[in-house]
Amino acid sequence: MWSQLRTIWTVFQHTFMRNETVEYPDEMPYAAPRYRGRIILTRDPDGEERCVACNLCAVACPVDCIALQKTEREEDGRWYPEFFRINFSRCIMCGMCEEACPTYAIQLTPDFELCEFNRDSMVYEKEHLLINGPGKYPDYSFWGVAGKTIEGKDKGEALNEAPPTDHRSLLP
Amino acid sequence: MIVDWSYILILPVAVGALVFALVLVWWERRLLGWWQDRLGPNRVGPFGVLQALADAVKLFTKEDWLPPFGDRAFFIMAPAIVAGSMLMAYVIIPFGPDLYITDSNIAVLFFLAMSSLAVYGVLLAGLSSNNKYAMLGGLRAAAQMVTYEVFMGLSLMGVVIHAGSFSLVAIVESQQGMWYIFPQCVGFLIFFLAGLAESHRLPFDLPEAEHELTAGFHTEYSGMKFALIMAGEYLAMVLTSALVVTLFFGGWLAPTFLPGAEYIPPVVWFGLKTAVFIHLFVLLRAAIPRPRYDQLMSLGWKILLPLSLLNLLVTGAASLWLEH
Repeated sequence: MWSQLRTIWTVFQHTFMRNETVEYPDEMPYAAPRYRGRIILTRDPDGEERCVACNLCAVACPVDCIALQKTEREEDGRWYPEFFRINFSRCIMCGMCEEACPTYAIQLTPDFELCEFNRDSMVYEKEHLLINGPGKYPDYSFWGVAGKTIEGKDKGEALNEAPPTDHRSLLP
Repeated sequence: MIVDWSYILILPVAVGALVFALVLVWWERRLLGWWQDRLGPNRVGPFGVLQALADAVKLFTKEDWLPPFGDRAFFIMAPAIVAGSMLMAYVIIPFGPDLYITDSNIAVLFFLAMSSLAVYGVLLAGLSSNNKYAMLGGLRAAAQMVTYEVFMGLSLMGVVIHAGSFSLVAIVESQQGMWYIFPQCVGFLIFFLAGLAESHRLPFDLPEAEHELTAGFHTEYSGMKFALIMAGEYLAMVLTSALVVTLFFGGWLAPTFLPGAEYIPPVVWFGLKTAVFIHLFVLLRAAIPRPRYDQLMSLGWKILLPLSLLNLLVTGAASLWLEH
């Protein structure tokens, strides 16, 4: 009985408390920088695509909304996706792709307003996904730290990478 | 031909009560919103007042479905009984010193009779729907309302003993010296709880407990029939508040402990006091969980009924003692 009366009093006190409601279309709610919204593909600090088309995001995706195809660039040997397609009408914004990505290429943004009148418009191609910046990790460059040889960076020239060992010299 | 001008009040009171019930739905939703730290309906018109109008338009234009498996005649009759009996009870309410439709010398009994009639509406609604949820709701309503009817009447007898009359106008006028809440606080508590149960508002809304019975006795109702049943519930809520004020809080009388209170017209005092109790009804809805059905029954029969009998006994004995 006492607890019931206390409940009535507590509820009454809420008359004078602030409302939690954010009147959304009139007023944007705050979405944290790490909010999981629309997916983007980011670029290296030097402006090249980060995505190396490893397919890990497509594998990690629980609803299979990511499709991509790997290809290699003739001039410098960098890997990149020939096409990269995300079907946002399937995407559940779980962020598994972002966690799976070894190159920080795929990232989720605080933008959640993804409504379209056509279902087809929900399928985003690479040109829709790619942005002109590095996203959340501005200094990270995958090719700068990776051990794979590309044009202009040989074995042992990556950041913190020891020069390759001449295994013939290791013979006793 | 002598025209009794008080009959002119009938139309404004009937229309006013129905419109008030409609607006009350919106106001209740806003209140519940505030108490749950949200806003409630605030989109239609200023502060969302026109939500009531929008609801009315929606309910009028909705399909009015009659269940082919139900009992047509009673199914149609039931909402009319619910809303009609509650509207009839407004006849006896004194809104001001000369502002009442009729000053019957059996007004209290008339109110009890009308609130008992409303049980028929709810019961028939439940049974004629021929639906298991509706029947369970109807059964619950019948048992609950019969139970609470018993000591609703008994709790009022204390007031009647004090005033020496069944007429509500006489009861209000006899409260000039002291409101009956002071000698009759037990009666007030019992009457208030019984009124909650009679209007089957939360926390005593077991006949329509939506978590277990879908919508209880009005599961099959739609459109204006549903609206009439809801209107009956809100009318009952306002009626109970008005009666609590009339019987225990001095009706239209201005509170004497406030200086300058007599400059405010009596109708305003009546409205203000009634509004307080309407808000209390909504606050209880927002705060209190619904009891289990056996808890409701044992509260009624084992606590409130003996208490109201005891209250009647003590009040009667005391007034006899003071007279001799």
